[in-house]
Amino acid sequence: MSTTLSRPISARTTGHTVRRRGANKRKTVEYTIRYALLAFVFVLLVGPFIWQFGTSIKGSSESIYTANPFPESPTLANYGMVADTIPVFRYLGNSLVVASSSAILNCVLASLAGYVLARMRFRGRTFVDLVFLATIIIPFEVIMVSVFLTSRSLGLVDSLLGVILPTAVTGLSILIMRTAFMALPREIEEAAMIDGASDWQRFIRVALPSVQGSLVVVAIFAFVFAWDDFLWPLVILKDPGNYTLTVGIQYLSGTFTSNQRVVAAGTMIAVIPLLVLFFSLQRWFFRGVGEGGLKG
Amino acid sequence: MKAQHKWLPWLFLTPALIVALTFTIGPFLNTIVLSFTDATTLGGGAFNGVENYIDLAQSPQFWISTRNTMLYVIVVVPLLMILPLLLAVLVERNIPGIGFFRSVFYSPVVASMVVVGLIWTWLLSSDGAVNRLLEALHVIQEPLPFLTDTTLLLLSCMMITVWKGLGYYMVIYLAALGNVSKELHEAAQVDGAGAGRRFWSITMPGVLPTMLLVGLLGSIAAMKVFAEIFVISSGTAGPGGQARSLVYTIREVGLGLSGEIGYASAMSLALFVLTIGFSILYLRSQRTDQLR
Repeated sequence: MSTTLSRPISARTTGHTVRRRGANKRKTVEYTIRYALLAFVFVLLVGPFIWQFGTSIKGSSESIYTANPFPESPTLANYGMVADTIPVFRYLGNSLVVASSSAILNCVLASLAGYVLARMRFRGRTFVDLVFLATIIIPFEVIMVSVFLTSRSLGLVDSLLGVILPTAVTGLSILIMRTAFMALPREIEEAAMIDGASDWQRFIRVALPSVQGSLVVVAIFAFVFAWDDFLWPLVILKDPGNYTLTVGIQYLSGTFTSNQRVVAAGTMIAVIPLLVLFFSLQRWFFRGVGEGGLKG
Repeated sequence: MKAQHKWLPWLFLTPALIVALTFTIGPFLNTIVLSFTDATTLGGGAFNGVENYIDLAQSPQFWISTRNTMLYVIVVVPLLMILPLLLAVLVERNIPGIGFFRSVFYSPVVASMVVVGLIWTWLLSSDGAVNRLLEALHVIQEPLPFLTDTTLLLLSCMMITVWKGLGYYMVIYLAALGNVSKELHEAAQVDGAGAGRRFWSITMPGVLPTMLLVGLLGSIAAMKVFAEIFVISSGTAGPGGQARSLVYTIREVGLGLSGEIGYASAMSLALFVLTIGFSILYLRSQRTDQLR
């Protein structure tokens, strides 16, 4: 890879003046150092994923302890063994349901609330602000035990709904949507109002279409958070049939500690959908980090 | 802009308010009340004053959890303030292929902690790649017990947290670096200042507010550590549960068949006070920053 990347640089080193050649030489050295460092960090941060992937496609006849991460004859047998050991497709479905629901609910609830906070004047404003601020400040881990009690009294234990509801809207989602609506010029909505549009029409036809970008950010953050979450599903789900992928994969590693190949295949099943999502929508991920600087 | 109907704002707010009140505000107030009772998962809940807090102060389990959690903050947070900044400086310059590196460096952030934990469990096991590599380099003679020794287990968890967080804070720093004056850098370069000198005298002061923010986010995240420890110790928190964190212990004593809810609530509030303490510390540093 580094050879293809460095080609435009070496082409540039053919300067005409001596002075330029000196500057270019320094540049070549700088680039070499930069790419060497980048390659080093690449091995450090991506290497473990590659190693795990390699382990997951090694057949039982091949050693997983050699320095070569990839097998001579790749096999998908380990993935089949994951499916034999745990209902992995069911877990995949559960994770998909939980993550999608959380994404949709966050978008709907946060844009409704965010619009009011950005645009409307009403009594009780301070109370509402305080409530949403508190949801940002209070870490979930602190109230986890009580949330479990609440969920139990609502009959939500061991159900996917119980996993979803506590994350149906976060203070962060509301904050992102409120900021987005506040950045819209009021004039357009005022014009719509003069044209006789109702509040609801103004919201749904004028304001909402203008904040699509922030909606995508909220959806992605909620989806990834719900997909990756481990602690709450672990607490609320009891029956192994109802597990989400993260809990199921951890369970798999408990039953199969000796067979690294199968555990590796399980982790790949859990991580590949998200990596695909990330690489196809990465622009929005980075925008999200910027907008939601206050994560967690 | 005035709403056409008085009830309209409340109609819009109600769904979000119900979720926030049911699953955050209510449970939070409940946690405070329960911490003064002897409630268990099975029932009970008689007022018992500050007994839970006295029990807490006398519980070695609580102090081990607090010590480990604080150690976590002390080790992880400085690393998360420095390393991602260096990484951001490395990927800031637009050289060919840099977009690729920026993206892939973010992939550990996207992965679930369970996945990351299991990957490292394999890498750090006694016959895993890390031990093999160290042996091949003749750094060690015997495999290091990364997953079975309390201290090494905790250090491994810290390393994993930093590893997973690098990309996230790198992106935050990248945004901040964009605001550091290019002219200042060029002027200093003309004056003969080397890269190290420029980093220390121009970049560092320029991103200081962001560093403090990263410090706060990192501390709060580190205080909530759970999944790393749970996954790489296979749910045991090391030999004798000595590598437990506060969240680990809260879950263990508060949930389960005979969960001591009152006691766990007291411990939860201790965690809350620690978390808020760091936020106040951060806000203080912000204010002195502005005064200067």
